[in-house]
Amino acid sequence: MYVYDEFDRTFVKERVNDFRGQVKRRLAGELTEDEFKPLRLMNGVYLQLHAYMLRIAIPYGTLSSKQLRMLGHVARKYDKGYGHFTTRQNIQFNWIKLEELPDAMADLASVGMHGLQTSGNCIRNITTDHFAAVAPDEIEDPRVWGEIIRQWSTLHPEFTFLPRKFKIAISAAKADRAAIRVHDIGLRLYENEAGEHGFEVMVGGGLGRTPFLGKTIREFLPKRDLLSYLEAVLRVYNQFGRRDNIYKARIKILVHEIGAEAFSKEVEAEWAQIKSGPLALDTITVADIVSRFQYPAYEALKDETEALESAKRDKQFETWYENSVAPHNQPGYAVVTVSLKPEGAPPGDATAEQMEKIAGLADRFSFGEIRVSHVQNLVLPHVAQRDLPELWRSLDALGVATPNVNLISDIISCPGLDYCSLANARSIPIAQGLTRRFRDLEKQRDLGPIHINIDGCINSCGHHHIGNIGILGVEKNGEEVYQIKLGGRSDSKAQLGELLGPAVPAGEIIDVVENIIDVYVELRKNPHERFVNVVHRVGLEPFKERIYAAH
Amino acid sequence: MPLIKDGRIVEDRFVRLDEEGPLPDVVPVLVPAERFLGNQAEYLAAKVPLGVLWPNNKRVSELEPYLGRLALIALHFPAFKDGRAYSQARILRERYKYKGELRATGDILQDQFLFLLRAGFNSFEVKKDADAAAFAEAAHRYSIFYQPTGDGRTTALRERLRRFHANKTSASVPDKEHAS
Amino acid sequence: MTSPLQQKFKVNGPVVVTANRTTDGIVIYRTANGWSAKIEDAAVAMTSTVALALLKDAHADSVYAIGSYVAPVEISESKEIVPGNLREKIRQAGPTFELPVSG
Repeated sequence: MYVYDEFDRTFVKERVNDFRGQVKRRLAGELTEDEFKPLRLMNGVYLQLHAYMLRIAIPYGTLSSKQLRMLGHVARKYDKGYGHFTTRQNIQFNWIKLEELPDAMADLASVGMHGLQTSGNCIRNITTDHFAAVAPDEIEDPRVWGEIIRQWSTLHPEFTFLPRKFKIAISAAKADRAAIRVHDIGLRLYENEAGEHGFEVMVGGGLGRTPFLGKTIREFLPKRDLLSYLEAVLRVYNQFGRRDNIYKARIKILVHEIGAEAFSKEVEAEWAQIKSGPLALDTITVADIVSRFQYPAYEALKDETEALESAKRDKQFETWYENSVAPHNQPGYAVVTVSLKPEGAPPGDATAEQMEKIAGLADRFSFGEIRVSHVQNLVLPHVAQRDLPELWRSLDALGVATPNVNLISDIISCPGLDYCSLANARSIPIAQGLTRRFRDLEKQRDLGPIHINIDGCINSCGHHHIGNIGILGVEKNGEEVYQIKLGGRSDSKAQLGELLGPAVPAGEIIDVVENIIDVYVELRKNPHERFVNVVHRVGLEPFKERIYAAH
Repeated sequence: MPLIKDGRIVEDRFVRLDEEGPLPDVVPVLVPAERFLGNQAEYLAAKVPLGVLWPNNKRVSELEPYLGRLALIALHFPAFKDGRAYSQARILRERYKYKGELRATGDILQDQFLFLLRAGFNSFEVKKDADAAAFAEAAHRYSIFYQPTGDGRTTALRERLRRFHANKTSASVPDKEHAS
Repeated sequence: MTSPLQQKFKVNGPVVVTANRTTDGIVIYRTANGWSAKIEDAAVAMTSTVALALLKDAHADSVYAIGSYVAPVEISESKEIVPGNLREKIRQAGPTFELPVSG
């Protein structure tokens, strides 16, 4: 966990005061809404259908128990008692009053949290692997680099008014758990043949109206050059990215229009000018950042095979253990995913009580640390294996131990038309309907990993382009209808899904998904062949036949 | 529209020329880029202080040969949200070492002052009188900066290291006294 | 960008002017001489001239209200004003599912 020092604390306080002044000017009529809007967006304040929404950054998805408790407090005091974890390791509150926002922000600032970089055309909250620093397949902690980028990009004087928002994700593991190829910049930290660690830099990934996977513009970037290279990319984008059309303003369009090679050339030319400047990261600077990351003082434990075996005699525990517990890089420890996807609930929502109690469990069982995953679940990253049965009982009592991680009911969904002023159709009720239809956990396990992603508009906050089953709600003649894509994936074999055919009415979408699943079960070679692999092996035809012949 | 230069509200001594019309020979002039680029020789030879109004979609590298002769470069912000001129300003100051007046024009609110200052601007055409009056306060809303830019403000990273070393030195003083 | 006042719109049925309140963001409706959080208080326009006049008044009050626009409504048999589409229904009545409840 990164510990803020007096500099960071002073900064977030100054930020709250700045925003307090802006709110005052707005309420006094000194700022028009047109003038105020970009200012509130710079602090994560949106206007939704029913109220303002406040989005709080959780940099690289790491929270302390103190911070999670504070989020619970904000949910209780300023909102309706719950919050929503998003697909970008943020949390949002849906019912905040503008006149109370400065106070809510002051409360958040007391634990080093803020809404900077969660909206507006700036470099957004840096995201990474939610298993960072505990995953056995990782070469080093990517959050160190996330923190370095976070500091550099905080209120950047040159890059706060970019053509459009800008998202950066980092992965340092073999498995990509951060969807780096669908970010404006994806950074893959790896070891080259000479044994040095550095970054593969991918640019121009993104979803939305025109989905693209990022293209590699530099195979290997030495760590010392990370910031100067990013500054060069951003400088090229800031000057030459399109500003004439909001739908063509993301960097992916620039990269696509001029070509990755020409783009890379521009970047390299700019970089050559600044690479040995003040952004070069010397070892002392990096060491200073690293020194403020606190790592747990793990006990010297052995893997608890016997105790776990006996606990597993409880079938419910065993099911949860097999599904929600992942290996840790320390012997005797485990990584626990806390499912925020109980049957029939909005994906990613947590009540104030759940936040407070999970914070308490983190204190007892996970060195006071919690992670937020981009699939809208929470993670307790440092749990001693001997504590798993007790932790499970507590999580179960809170309703957050549904053993459905990575299964069909672990749905990613945007808030959709129930909250969002951009949406054309609802998404949460579709997610709720699907989790009810597939409520049988045994059946879910039999189906294996299946990722369903649901969006209520083409902006694709719910990442439907990269869902194994991607559902996009659109409005047609005043009715909600849903398009389906199959075969998308966001892991290290990232791929965009393909459109199955014409949209289906809201009343049929649940049946249609079930039909798709039936086709998969009939066509899989064996129970281990995953849904997404079957789609890629057989193509869309068999699915089309079943869906559209019947309708 | 109030003009702030080097922290104070001042009279604008530059006369802004249109695309056409005569070139005054006694007062400082601010010339649109197109007009300047058509007749550089004439303007460079003029005896008055010379400024160029540069649009945000033209590379500032085109201005490089003339920087020594220019007393003013005005960069334009057609909208608050259009941040291209921040990059132009930093390139002029940090790469080409431009030392003259660098002015922000267009949709300028008090909430941009600090960004503009950090990017190297030292004068501002402000839309609202109230914002001009708030300049000194707005320019000091933050004391912590995370990025090194040409404005020379020290970054949090450097400051941390400096304090770290300072503490080490001061902490070692009592030890020496005890030792002696 | 065209300002909402310059937008041409046809009124094919009853409409109201709605916005969000600046202080807290809640949904409000233009009444004959002000605003109300209740749709039943809304001034209903049947012609574009009347709608435009309501919209003009709404925009004049831009400190109190954000993003005023014209939205369709229906008049029920019992003469109640009812939102005219799903989006407006959700704006008026809230999300279409039960909200999470904290203990």
